Amino acid sequence: MMRTISITVTVNDKQYTREIEPRLLLSDFLRHELGLTGTHVGCEHGVCGACTVTFDGESARSCLMFAVQADGYEITTVEGLAKDKDNLHPIQESFWEAHGLQCGYCTPGILMTLVPFLKQNPDPTEDEIRHALSGNLCRCTGYQHIVDAVKLAAEKMR
Amino acid sequence: MKPAQFEYHVPDTLEGALALMSQHADEAKILAGGQSLVPAMNFRIVQPGVLIDLNRVPELGYIREEGTVLRIGSMTRERQLEFDSLIAKNTPLLHEATPFIAHPQIRNRGTIGGSIVNADPAAELPVLMIALGARLRAKKSSGDRWIDANDFFVGMFTTALEPDEILVEIELPFMPAHTGWSFIEVAPRAGDYALMGVAVLVRLDDGGKCENAKLVYLNAGDGPVDATEAAESLAGETLDDELIESAAAHASDKEITPFGNVHTSPEFQRHLAKVLTKKALKQAIQRAGESQ
Repeated sequence: MMRTISITVTVNDKQYTREIEPRLLLSDFLRHELGLTGTHVGCEHGVCGACTVTFDGESARSCLMFAVQADGYEITTVEGLAKDKDNLHPIQESFWEAHGLQCGYCTPGILMTLVPFLKQNPDPTEDEIRHALSGNLCRCTGYQHIVDAVKLAAEKMR
Repeated sequence: MKPAQFEYHVPDTLEGALALMSQHADEAKILAGGQSLVPAMNFRIVQPGVLIDLNRVPELGYIREEGTVLRIGSMTRERQLEFDSLIAKNTPLLHEATPFIAHPQIRNRGTIGGSIVNADPAAELPVLMIALGARLRAKKSSGDRWIDANDFFVGMFTTALEPDEILVEIELPFMPAHTGWSFIEVAPRAGDYALMGVAVLVRLDDGGKCENAKLVYLNAGDGPVDATEAAESLAGETLDDELIESAAAHASDKEITPFGNVHTSPEFQRHLAKVLTKKALKQAIQRAGESQ
């Protein structure tokens, strides 16, 4: 029997304590242990960006971290963005208005990449937006509407 | 569960980490940023029996100036390198190249030491360590030693580190005055591993002739490839188009040994190397001239 470790993590301002195996990935911890299935799992080896969350305020791929590493840290997932379904985050509103998603699989990872990006760079150029998005694959949109949505979000948030 | 089982240790001091390494050297892996190790573990290509996590050893994260060198702790994140003013001022080549390392999310976690020890021939940091003449400090419980970057990379994913050693510090000499630099790579998409890339340094003397040069390539062999013959052909000379052309041809035809991959053939990599070398040399020469 594998030894388990007790961790306490703050996710979306709520504290959780769980007993886990050290090999449990952070992405699987969020989805299977906490039931927060908004964090999507695509490639599971750090290429697609669907599992991006913010870890200690910075974007990170949750499939490339072990949940034990999050002990004592703060994480925000896509579920932490909107206050409720009638009060979306301005980035979410912009994706809705500018048609920044089609199937929606990549969207949570993209939103969690953009939250710290727009905080650090409130008035980005198109080139900077495309670089910021380079670690997130979208197979539907061709990215143009995503870029439009980011521009709209930046305007709303300024 | 994707990765195989392992025993997890999370020391909070370097001393604790070194003790664990001496105890478990044969089966232990160090977890630094995890941006290459964890995917390999998810595929079960790598199945360490023991994982020693350095992420809670704060003494390994720093960038400081000391005389004419920078000292960088091995657990310093790539994202910190990217925005550090000491690095921008004293080693502008590293400053310019850091944004080419993968994506922002990866640089937030990935560390300078992790990338160096991983020794991926397609990675940027090993190439930059050779170009900048870095010295790397390896430590184990019983002592420490300095290894020149030139002696550190011994083959594909293979370094001169002993099984119980940890890379703790990177020492980078300031780039000397009148030195121009350039870093260029070509990747299918921004942030992907590059098909080919080159780091160039050119130092000009007071008369505008080349005092010395450095040309180091990524994804061009089983480690970072230092094209010393091409670089020597430039030393002491006035760098005109003809000389640049012949140095670029020599490096790309004779000194690199690219393997090709699913995206590219070795021939195309050699073609890229030649084109990038000329472009990078011209940019470096121009910058060296501007700083005179």
